[in-house]
Amino acid sequence: MTVNEQILDYPIPSDSALEPPPEWAELRGACPVASVRLPSGDRATLLTRYADVKQVLADPRFTRLLNAPDAARLSAEGGGVFNSEMAQIVPDGGEGHQHWRRLVGRWFTAKRMSALRPAMTEIAERLVDDMVERGAPGDLRADLGFPLPVYVICDMLGVPAADRDRFAYWSDTLLNLTRYGKAETDAAQAEFVDYMSGHVAAKRAAPGEDLLSELIAVGGPEGGGLSDVQIMVTGMGLLVAGHETTANMIGKMVSMLLADRSRWERLLAEPSLVRTAVEESLRLDANAGFGLPRYLSEEIEVSGTVLPRGTTVICSMAAANRDESAFAAAAEMDLGRSPNPHLAFGSGAHSCLGQALARTELQVVLEVLLRRLPSLELAVPVEELERVEGLAVGGLRAVPVRW
Amino acid sequence: MKVTVDEARCCGAGQCVLIAPEVFDQREEDGVVVLLDPEPGADLHAAVREAAAVCPAAAIGLSGQG
Repeated sequence: MTVNEQILDYPIPSDSALEPPPEWAELRGACPVASVRLPSGDRATLLTRYADVKQVLADPRFTRLLNAPDAARLSAEGGGVFNSEMAQIVPDGGEGHQHWRRLVGRWFTAKRMSALRPAMTEIAERLVDDMVERGAPGDLRADLGFPLPVYVICDMLGVPAADRDRFAYWSDTLLNLTRYGKAETDAAQAEFVDYMSGHVAAKRAAPGEDLLSELIAVGGPEGGGLSDVQIMVTGMGLLVAGHETTANMIGKMVSMLLADRSRWERLLAEPSLVRTAVEESLRLDANAGFGLPRYLSEEIEVSGTVLPRGTTVICSMAAANRDESAFAAAAEMDLGRSPNPHLAFGSGAHSCLGQALARTELQVVLEVLLRRLPSLELAVPVEELERVEGLAVGGLRAVPVRW
Repeated sequence: MKVTVDEARCCGAGQCVLIAPEVFDQREEDGVVVLLDPEPGADLHAAVREAAAVCPAAAIGLSGQG
């Protein structure tokens, strides 16, 4: 049976931690608009071609209103980050969204990120020192990948990094589409809301030099700013987004570069390739997670197929990033690839707000590892790396390394 | 080479500033693109073309030779 004669289960299971499932190439070639069954049992439409994914992500008629009554539920329990009502508190489109984006976006400019670089480098070096002191093998995920982005985003938001275990749990209940029941997810979200409300109130009483304090200082909606609930949801969103995504990507990037050690050797010889190597790792991430769901507000045609209003579409950026019609030798890792217009951060008005932050963190980690641990290698065969199951954002359970 | 930017489309991703800081900047107050040099020298053309190609909002326009 071929992919266009059956309904695929989505996410498509994959045996390999770093390689894509073979269905991606088959879908791109023969069935670019595919019917899939989600963990909830609901149906959705999966897009895998570069041109289609790019077009849909930038088209405002494909909304993020996944809490519409006829939208597909992504997880069996109907919870999870995409179906959450929280997602509706910040405007989805138009001027309202752009206004929000620009209020928050000033914190994520390339220049701000460059200014954070020395502090990030210092944190990364300290974490590497600690890992080395504990001795090989280390776990690059637990020792470096997770703590670094958490320290950075906590500092930007002015929340104590000491609370990071709680954030990690709340974040996981929002981002894991299969592990938690509805009661547990609801309870975790309520705790998270309480925590962040308290934090916003504390910042109002005693402002600091952080993103939330400055959002409060702009004033309420009548003064061109955000409401308290919008500030709270923004804080929660940034904490979750600034947490698992880059954290997982650090482990995946280093694994990809060490899986074929000639890649690592090339970077040691040509450190100026760090920037393009980071982009290429993002493009080739075969374990990127769920992709981005969209809900159709009206009938639209994609790749010759008419999609009715009310369709839930899943954009697989990871499949699109391996489309031969968009990238020469798409399956190959070319550390100097340029330009590299991959879709790992989405596209258009909703493309990742924190992408300059993520890029800077990934570049800093790679620079520090190349400099401090040039002999770094995987401590297990690549076949033994295991995926984290059920996450909206894919990752590896552990990345055992020695040096 | 002539460079134009579309402020209304810009989503503040900052890729252009990371790739060609001699030509692009971002406004401090909202992260929107600022064009520093609409006619950059030949040594910057490759970087500007890369910045335009990877802009997630397709907010950078190029015209002319080079």
